[in-house]
Amino acid sequence: MRLELRINGSVRSLEVEPLKRLLDVLREDLILTGTKEGCGEGECGACAVLLDGQLVNSCLVAVCQAAGASVVTIEGLSSSALTPLQRSFVECGGAQCGICTPGMIVAGQCFLDSGAAATDEAVREAIAGNLCRCTGYTKIVESIQHAARETR
Amino acid sequence: MFDKPPTMKHADNSKSTVGHSPPRKDGPDKVTGRARYLDDLAFPGQLWGRTVRSQVPHGRIRSIEFDPRFDWSGIVRVTAADIPGDNIVQLIEDDQPMLAHDMVKHREEPIALLACADRERLEEALLHVDVKIDPLPPVLDLLLSTHVFKSYRIEAGDIKPAFADSSLRVVEGIYRVGHQEQMYIEPNAICAVPREDFGVTIYGSMQCPFYIHRGLQRLLKINDSQIAVIQVVTGGGFGGKEDYPTVLAGHAALLARKAGKPVKMIYKREEDVAATTKRHPAVLRYRTAVKPDGEFVACEIDVVMDGGAYVTLSPVVASRGVLHASGAYRWPHARIDCRVVQTHTPPNGAFRGFGVPQTLFGCEAHVEKIALELGLDPLLVRRKNALVVGDVMPTGQRLTESVSALPVLEAVAARSGYAAKREAAMEAARLPAGSARARKRRGIGLSLALHGAGFTGSGEAHLKSRAGLELTASGARVLSASTDIGQGTITVFSQLAAEALGVPLSMIEVAVNDTSRVPDSGPTVASRTTMVVGGTIARAAEAMARVLQGYVAQTHAVPAGEVCCVGGIFAARGRSLAPFESIARRYLDERGPLVCIEQYELPPGVQWDDAAYRGSAYPCYAWAATAVELEVDLDTYEIKLLDLVTASEFGKAIHPVLAEGQIEGGTVQALGYALLEEHIYVDGRLLNTRMQNYIIPTALDVPPMTTLILENPYSRGPHGAKGLGELPMDGPAPAVAAAVLSAIGKLIPDLPISPERVMKALHAA
Amino acid sequence: MIPVTSVKTLPEAYALLQARPPGLRVLAGGTDLMVAINARVGLDRIGHVLDIWNVRELRGIALQDNFLRIGALTTYTEIIHSTLVNTQLPALAAVSREVGAWAIQNRGTLGGNVCNASPAGDTLPLLLAADARFLLGGPRGERTVVAEEFFLAYRKTALGADELLLRVDFPLPDAARLAYRKVGTRRAQSISKTLIAVRATPGLREVRIAAGCVAPIPLRCRRAEQAAMSGGDVRAALQLDISPINDIRSTIEYRRLVSANVLLQLLKNMGTPYSLPGRP
Repeated sequence: MRLELRINGSVRSLEVEPLKRLLDVLREDLILTGTKEGCGEGECGACAVLLDGQLVNSCLVAVCQAAGASVVTIEGLSSSALTPLQRSFVECGGAQCGICTPGMIVAGQCFLDSGAAATDEAVREAIAGNLCRCTGYTKIVESIQHAARETR
Repeated sequence: MFDKPPTMKHADNSKSTVGHSPPRKDGPDKVTGRARYLDDLAFPGQLWGRTVRSQVPHGRIRSIEFDPRFDWSGIVRVTAADIPGDNIVQLIEDDQPMLAHDMVKHREEPIALLACADRERLEEALLHVDVKIDPLPPVLDLLLSTHVFKSYRIEAGDIKPAFADSSLRVVEGIYRVGHQEQMYIEPNAICAVPREDFGVTIYGSMQCPFYIHRGLQRLLKINDSQIAVIQVVTGGGFGGKEDYPTVLAGHAALLARKAGKPVKMIYKREEDVAATTKRHPAVLRYRTAVKPDGEFVACEIDVVMDGGAYVTLSPVVASRGVLHASGAYRWPHARIDCRVVQTHTPPNGAFRGFGVPQTLFGCEAHVEKIALELGLDPLLVRRKNALVVGDVMPTGQRLTESVSALPVLEAVAARSGYAAKREAAMEAARLPAGSARARKRRGIGLSLALHGAGFTGSGEAHLKSRAGLELTASGARVLSASTDIGQGTITVFSQLAAEALGVPLSMIEVAVNDTSRVPDSGPTVASRTTMVVGGTIARAAEAMARVLQGYVAQTHAVPAGEVCCVGGIFAARGRSLAPFESIARRYLDERGPLVCIEQYELPPGVQWDDAAYRGSAYPCYAWAATAVELEVDLDTYEIKLLDLVTASEFGKAIHPVLAEGQIEGGTVQALGYALLEEHIYVDGRLLNTRMQNYIIPTALDVPPMTTLILENPYSRGPHGAKGLGELPMDGPAPAVAAAVLSAIGKLIPDLPISPERVMKALHAA
Repeated sequence: MIPVTSVKTLPEAYALLQARPPGLRVLAGGTDLMVAINARVGLDRIGHVLDIWNVRELRGIALQDNFLRIGALTTYTEIIHSTLVNTQLPALAAVSREVGAWAIQNRGTLGGNVCNASPAGDTLPLLLAADARFLLGGPRGERTVVAEEFFLAYRKTALGADELLLRVDFPLPDAARLAYRKVGTRRAQSISKTLIAVRATPGLREVRIAAGCVAPIPLRCRRAEQAAMSGGDVRAALQLDISPINDIRSTIEYRRLVSANVLLQLLKNMGTPYSLPGRP
């Protein structure tokens, strides 16, 4: 099927199979490889993107359901300079191997955008769908809290 | 000692050297999605590879048939018959075939390989390979196995009189731990690219490029110049990408050579979990003789580990395990046995801790049992027996420096509020059963751990690791085969080189990890990277600094002894002479390349006798204590972690934020081991192969953590540094067991301490 | 390639349902179906996909005729943030917060949970205990089925091949007295080991009990209800209701004992005002 997606602000027209995963469309058709695959079943959150502003696992979204929608990936969060959240991840040690990091930052940005108070519990709940095996989460929580302090 | 340093302190880039925490060098690429992992790389004309597996745990292959009715055009097929060289996975023993041809010894054993450009057709093709196997009875229980891969015995003193001494108390216990999956978020991934010289270039996610480099030479019958192995950004390893990538690279290379095209193999999660190596399960028996006041006199320890179908790394896992089985304590008399046996399950291998999380769980849980049976506070028992400088370990090694068992123990006891919380838990337990009794019970427990840094015994002497750096026009480039798999190798090596050269961190780059270009600094394992390889790089940088100082002395007519480089500027007698880069450029123009490579040498006095199993198993040890406070729900038997305090001493933190990251991350892996992670096998088949059913901790399962770092420099480590990576994996599980004991009065001797096990313990007659 | 029909209105959906293409599967938020498709599980049994994600009339939460009415495509996130749900049916908001995590809550729907009909569906025991009614619709018209009559056997429901679930209605004000406890494998992204839901009047004069993960279907526990209302042995009665199995997540023994423990605590607390448990 032919469909249009607004990817990171620009409209792209694509010819794709309707049940193709949004994840594969991003990685294969649009060469946006910042979005990662960790499990293919919505468990790990490595493939998290924003779909019409909402956090989703792109491995569970059939691309036909994203037709006409706006998609923001890790590549769309920053242009030349790092965002405050990305800077926090670098400075606070929020990224180790880095494979969960794009999804984690998309989820963290979604939390920051929600305007909720960045308590330990609230941040942990916001990233509970993003598995990280390296950091033990402490420095990720700190990174998000640090960015929250910087941006508010 | 310092508390958690404020994490933003390091934002100041000038503070980039040792002991400070500059932003990690690969950070910007990783937070923007620009970092390219294997699956992100495009290889023109590339095919996808898949593996046909046994599906039978033990048997003899009768036939491998490719369905003649299926259209095989465009599909490359490989079996053992296609292997030009030795059909083995090279490691310690040559017992594991790259592709099985007669016998299969585990259910996931690879038998044939397929490659195709179209993934859908490839999946279809897999269904048209018919492997017929005559099954044989499998051995699936480690205690029933009679095939011993390797056994060890350590003896000190004479245990017999102690166990016969009626003034001593004999305490016995049996402890069990199961498999643990590394569950790196990026599965194993390799791409093999065939070359015109009939060689192959391997790109992949890996810890040990030279394992593959050497393994593929034998497999493909090619020479050293016909292979290059390039590590790409690697999404976690934890030991799971130590030896297994050799298998995957072998498979991809066989397919690529036959196809004449690049072949990418990326395991799906289910395949990765089912087929690749895991932590060894173990059964541990402890029998100890102790004085009524808690002083340890003798231990008799027997450990059996499950190696799985092939030897792989089992002998060294068992070796490290047995060497840590008596824990961080003095035992005047000891007999410690360990054997690792074969079962018809996928081979077990390296996982952070490497045998120690198993034996230290046994040891520390047993210390709790000793305290329980003697009616003593387990903290007092640990305090009474903890190793100090001058003590002798069961192998005869005398500890001479950098020993911090007591300081880490005391730091954790004080910070966690152990005494008051333990008293409160005991108070609650004394309340009469009745309606007023809370449905939740709190407890606190602690553990003490040590972890030997570097390869065991004569390992480092055999390795002769080489690493160094080369001068560039803009600074220097670190040359090593040690991989950054997230732990921060690139940043730490750069800091060590920058410090020695007297240049800012930005002037140090790290060479692409390509076996055709970098020296073999040994595998990235065994908590050896900073201490062994980092130390070697620091020495090479010092050598380079001396060469350049001599050169500056000559060109600027000043005494060589007075030239130094600070902040990237050469100076003498307080006068600036020239920036480092301009000296580097002049040197390269006039004298040509400057490459300084050093080889690691074991410190003098570190001797190991492999035959007698005596001597200094490790040049030094890192130390950690962990306190866990938790709450047990008496309705659901669920355990909620409330607080966790660790204190670690690993000589010197080169980069405190990265070091804390190692401690926190390792601790959470250990909490998963303690509470959640369990593999369920039926007839040799692993049932939970998905992230949905192999349960690792989420952010909500992790308690607030206090991470204390104590410094006690080791004279032979770079800036005093010892190994850290594995240490945090060792102690948390027994600390959880101790805390559960404190909460409900029952010592649960098996991992994980699942609600089901808590229920059984509470309702046992 | 599996053909997909994406519709925006019910009449469009009904038109396809009337044609009854073989192997028709309905796709809502995709949190179950896409997992199966990715894993290639039962792929050959899927002949056609009807994508209803954009049917607006199936969304929304309203209070009408003493019922709280929740459209089948309402997501967990919408439920969690709904003032109506939080005041009239707080337990449903709380349990929705325990499903998966944010990304799943943004896509998973109440209707999807019902139609997927897993015995481990987290909202289902609550629907049974709350005496929810399901409005089903198709080319042949609409009908209402009470929750208890909807779940027939393991993953088999009363939904006809040409029907969609349109809405779930909760009778008020009783729904406010609904309480539950989920016992999962961890604190997020967790499939339940057991989940007990109870609706009771003060003094336990009227009690409805339902359980998840302890039978082939989400189960109403009538013997336990009788025991609770008559002052009998609830623990023993519940054991007659449920028939748990050993699986990857837990054991028969654990599920039996913990289901009973949890039920007794819920009943004990029933007299006190219900408060949102939040995260366990």
